[in-house]
Parts: sequence; C-alpha cells; structure tokens
Amino acid sequence: MLFGDRAKYLGIVIGLTFASLLITQQSAIFAGMMTRTFSFLSDVALPDIWVVDPQVKYIDDIRPMQDTEVMRVRGVEGVQWAVPLYKGSLAVRRTDGTYQSSVLIGLDDETLMGGPPQMLIGKLADLRRSGGVIVDINGAQGKLAHILPNGTKEPIKVGDEMEINDNRSVVVGICKVTQTFQANPVIYTTYSSATSFAPSQRLMLSFVPVKAKQGQDPHVLCRRIEKATSLRAYTRDEFKMITFLYYLKYTGMPINFLTAVALGFLVGVAISGQTFYNFTLDNLRYFGTLKAMGARNGMLLRMILLQALVVGAIGYGLGVGTASAWGMLISGRTQLAFRLPWHLLMVSAIAVLVICLSSAALSIRKVMKLEPAVVFRS
Amino acid sequence: MIMDRNMESTSTSTFPVAVSCEGLTKAFGKGEARVKALRGVDMKVKNGELLMLVGPSGCGKTTLISIIAGVLRRDAGECIIFERDYDCMSEDETTLFRGKNIGFVFQAFNLIPSLTTAENVATPLIINGLKPRDAVRKARDILAEVGFDHRMMESLPTDLSGGQQQRVAIARALVHQPRLIVCDEPTSALDAETGRKVMELLQRLGRGENRALVVVTHDSRIFDFADRIAEMNDGRITQVVSSARELTTAQSKIE
Ligand SMILES: Nc1ncnc2c1ncn2[C@@H]1O[C@H](COP(=O)(O)OP(=O)(O)OP(=O)(O)O)[C@@H](O)[C@H]1O
Ligand SMILES: [Mg+2]
Repeated sequence: MLFGDRAKYLGIVIGLTFASLLITQQSAIFAGMMTRTFSFLSDVALPDIWVVDPQVKYIDDIRPMQDTEVMRVRGVEGVQWAVPLYKGSLAVRRTDGTYQSSVLIGLDDETLMGGPPQMLIGKLADLRRSGGVIVDINGAQGKLAHILPNGTKEPIKVGDEMEINDNRSVVVGICKVTQTFQANPVIYTTYSSATSFAPSQRLMLSFVPVKAKQGQDPHVLCRRIEKATSLRAYTRDEFKMITFLYYLKYTGMPINFLTAVALGFLVGVAISGQTFYNFTLDNLRYFGTLKAMGARNGMLLRMILLQALVVGAIGYGLGVGTASAWGMLISGRTQLAFRLPWHLLMVSAIAVLVICLSSAALSIRKVMKLEPAVVFRS
Repeated sequence: MIMDRNMESTSTSTFPVAVSCEGLTKAFGKGEARVKALRGVDMKVKNGELLMLVGPSGCGKTTLISIIAGVLRRDAGECIIFERDYDCMSEDETTLFRGKNIGFVFQAFNLIPSLTTAENVATPLIINGLKPRDAVRKARDILAEVGFDHRMMESLPTDLSGGQQQRVAIARALVHQPRLIVCDEPTSALDAETGRKVMELLQRLGRGENRALVVVTHDSRIFDFADRIAEMNDGRITQVVSSARELTTAQSKIE
C-alpha cells in the first residue's frame, strides 16, 4: 500500500539510506583508524613477542633501553632469536628547506628483521650500503617529495640523497607499508645507521622483537623473559590490544565516532519513522476499511512489517552500496582509513532493522487500536 | 473452491429475519459532552428486503448501521444478526463474522488507491483466505457483470469517475456473497443520474432471497428502490412505511 505514495516512499528510503550510509561509513573509518594504530605490528609479522621498557603503554610510546638488553633476552631459555629494533621520529629536510617529521626504523644489521611488508623498487639488502635508506611510497610521493621551483611535486626516487637529522643518506629502495595512524612518512635503515642518524643519546634500543622456539608457549616465555630481564614482554596480540585500548581510551575518537553513528541512527529514526507514521495516518481510512471487511490485526501487522522491511532492505542496500563506493574511491585517492569487514555490515543492517521496526511499531500501535467504526466517519 | 462450499452452507440455512434490534442504545463521550446517539431503537430487517434508513443529520443512522454491521459495540438492548449476537462473540470472532457475512458500501467509496480495480474487488476474498490468484479471477467475473472491460479492471481507482468507483465498491461488497449489505449514503457523492444507475446495479446484483440490504440515505430520489423506509429522529425509529408517499403523508400527520 505504501507504494502508492511515491513521495513518502522516497522520503522513507532516503532517510534509511542516509542512516545506513552514515553508520556504515563512520564505523568503517573508525575501524580503519583503529587498525592503523597497530599497523607497525601487522607489518612486522615474524616475531611472536615484543620486549619493551616496563613503562611503555602502547606501540608509539617509545622508551629506549640499553643495547645490552638484546643479549640478555637472547640468553633466556626458549628464545629462538631476538634482535634490536630502533623506532623514532626524526626530521627530514625537504629540497625546499622545510622539514618533515618522519618515522625512522632501524633494522638489525645482520638479519634486517622487521623490514617493510612489500618492496616496490630495490632490495631490502641494499640497506647495507652505507647511509642507505628505503622510503615508503606514500612519503616518497607525498610529504617527502621534492618541491620544484614551479610548485609541482616530484617523487623521491632511488639514488636521491636525503638529509635525515642533518646526516647525509641515500635512497636505495621504495617500499609500501600499511598506513600508520599519524600518517607520517616511514623510512627504513639499519640499526647502526639509525643510531648514527638519531641525536646521540645514552639509550637507543626501542624494541626487542623475539621469536619463540618451536613448541614454546609465547605467554609462558613472556613471563620468563620478564623475570630474567625486568623488562616487559607482550605477545603480538597483547601488544596490539593494549595499543588499541590506549587509543580508544585516551583519544576522542570513540566519542566522535559514536556521536556520528548515533546521529545517523536518530536522523534515520526521525525521517523514516515520522514519514512512515504520517503515511499510516494518511491511510488510516483504508486500514479501517480493511478491518471492517474482516482483516484481522495479525494480517495488518504483517502488511505493515512487510512494507517496513522492504523499504529497510532498499535503504540498507543503497546506504551500504554508497558507503562502499565512497570508501573505494576515497582510499584509492587519499590516505583516509576505511575498512569494511562483514561485522560492520551486520551492525549497520541491525541498526537499519531497528530503525524500521521502531518506525513500524508506532504505526502498528495506531492501526491495532483503530476502531473499524471510523470507516463511516467522513 | 473451499470458499464456495462455505458460502453455500451458510446461505442454505435461511432466517426470515436477518436483523432484529430491540431497545438498542448507544451513547458517546462522558459527562457534559455525552451524546445519546441511539435512545432505544426497535427495528427488524427481513431477508431479501432492501430497507432504507432516513432522517435528519445527527439522528443516529450511521451509529445504527455501525452496530448492525459489527464495527461498533452497543451499550444496551438487543441486536441479533442471523441469530447471532455480537455481544457473545470475541473481537476476533466478530471480525471473522464481518468478513464472511457483511458487505460494506461507503459514501466516499474507500477503494484502496494503490490497488487496481480487480485487486480492490478481490480484497474481501483474500481476507477470507482465498489465494490471491483465484480471488482476482473471481473479482474479474463480477466486474464483468458490473460492465467493466479488461482495461478498466487494471486501472487504479483514481483513474475512474465517481460512479465507476461506486460500482467497483458494490462489486467489492458483493464478491464474497455476504448475507447483509450496509450502505451509508451510497449516492450522496454522485449526481442524480449516476446515483440511480448505482442503485439499479445494487438492485440487480445485490438483491437475493437470502440477503438483506440496509441503505442509509438522504437522497429522496432513490426512495423508490426501497421495500420499506424507516425514518429515524433523535436516536429512535419514528415510523416504518413501505413507500415514500406514505412517508410524507405520515410525517405531515405527526406535525
Ligand atoms: N465517535 C463519536 N464520538 C462522539 N460522538 C459521536 C460519535 N459518533 C457519532 N456521534 C454523535 O452521535 C450522534 C449520531 O451520529 P450519527 O453519525 O449516527 O448520525 P447520522 O444520522 O449518521 O448523521 P448524518 O446524516 O449527518 O450522517 C451525533 O450527534 C454525533 O455527533
Ligand atoms: Mg451518517
């Protein structure tokens, strides 16, 4: 019956589309942002355990340790290997004289463990050349790109020289990394180069990634390392989790995200609920006629629910479709986080369902209580 | 098909009296705003007859047929429809009874705007449990009798004239072979000639030995279709006559 009134039908579908678009899009961005908080851990997949200073609260909370700690960790029973890893933020000078803060990662000189997940140009082993660095493609084309006198950008390429914290370095490769939360360029080098680039400090070691021996329970090994070294050891998943929880707790993001989702939800309820209800009021005479002609409440209830579900399905489809199309467009062109796992699709489906059912509930109540005697009133 | 047998079994048992009301009362509202719409109505409608209900505005005609048709509960008195009493039925039983036994015709037609003519006429059959396909087939049969061609059966009510819409409404009221038809001002929204045509249709298709028709009307031009005319005033039946001529003379006598 709803389909007779095109304007209202459109109104409801638009309301639902808007709601599911907003909910899906916002939660996909949130999911994307949140996975970025631990993108470094996703990229460095080999180690089972990360050993850090006991004060460290999340992955970007770097508190340097003594280089000798690596040796002590290696000495713990059940450790297959343990390597030093440097991670820090350094200023890189651009050709136009300005500086760009970048993430510098120093890999163990021997094993080069912890390198980028994907090399685009060059080989990881080229890092062993003196002053060699590998730059991530986003940084190379974006924030670190040369700025020509006429204002256009020219990407950094292999062979270019770069000044890292006033030290000369040479680009030996281009890589691709999972986008980080701060979205600063990522530069790889060896541990020894990194320590020479970085301002000299007493302590340089950021992390000790550890591989457990075959058959070793990582949790048990963590406790053993902690006992032996008085450092803190996390399994990879634990480290991801504390990082994720830290961002959840100490940034405004969850509130922002929840506000947007709640807004989408409320707007959806307001627009489609009200339009749906208005539609029912407009058609009360016909509902009364059907009642007089012997239609039971159950039949009218099914009718209203069916209509609500049909518009819900259309609105959901359009909303989620628009959101994914938008996501694909945007993540191809910009560095915005966007992740749409099936869980999120479920969540927005449930949200739309709730909107539809609550919209229908008002109408159903009205129709159930309707006296069939209204049919004779004009 | 099951439907047909049902109809048969209900229509074979005949009652000489279709509707019988005694001392029927109904009031609306509370306290100061209380309106006594019916103040003790005594009335009988026989099977096979067309009874017209006339009287000034607000005298309770609509209230009376609402109670007879089972869409409104009475306050007190008696009201027996085909030997059944709504007061002894649950809400669901009443609804079921209406669906099987009562046909409705309204002043404003009340055709569902998004359904085609054929679908509108099929509605009572679908409500009574017939498969939509069979229901629409039956609806087409009766629409053909009403004089509708194929194209008109597929058109929407808004594309039809008032007279055509009322003919559809009559087809809808009759399609499931109910035993009582109630019509509230069926010709008031139509011009004189169309009104007469609609009444002729109701006469031709609606009249039957086992069916009673109650027609509320203001329209004196259609009085001649009635077997009897009951006049109401201020919540009571004041007189029942068998032709319009008697009505006017009787009325003048009272005055
Ligand atoms: N639902 C209601 N609530 C309150 N008062 C009502 C209600 N229905 C009817 N009435 C009152 O009851 C009285 C009888 O109304 P009813 O509609 O039966 O009259 P009627 O004879 O059909 O009038 P008309 O010729 O104008 O249609 C009127 O005074 C009306 O105002
Ligand atoms: Mg009336």
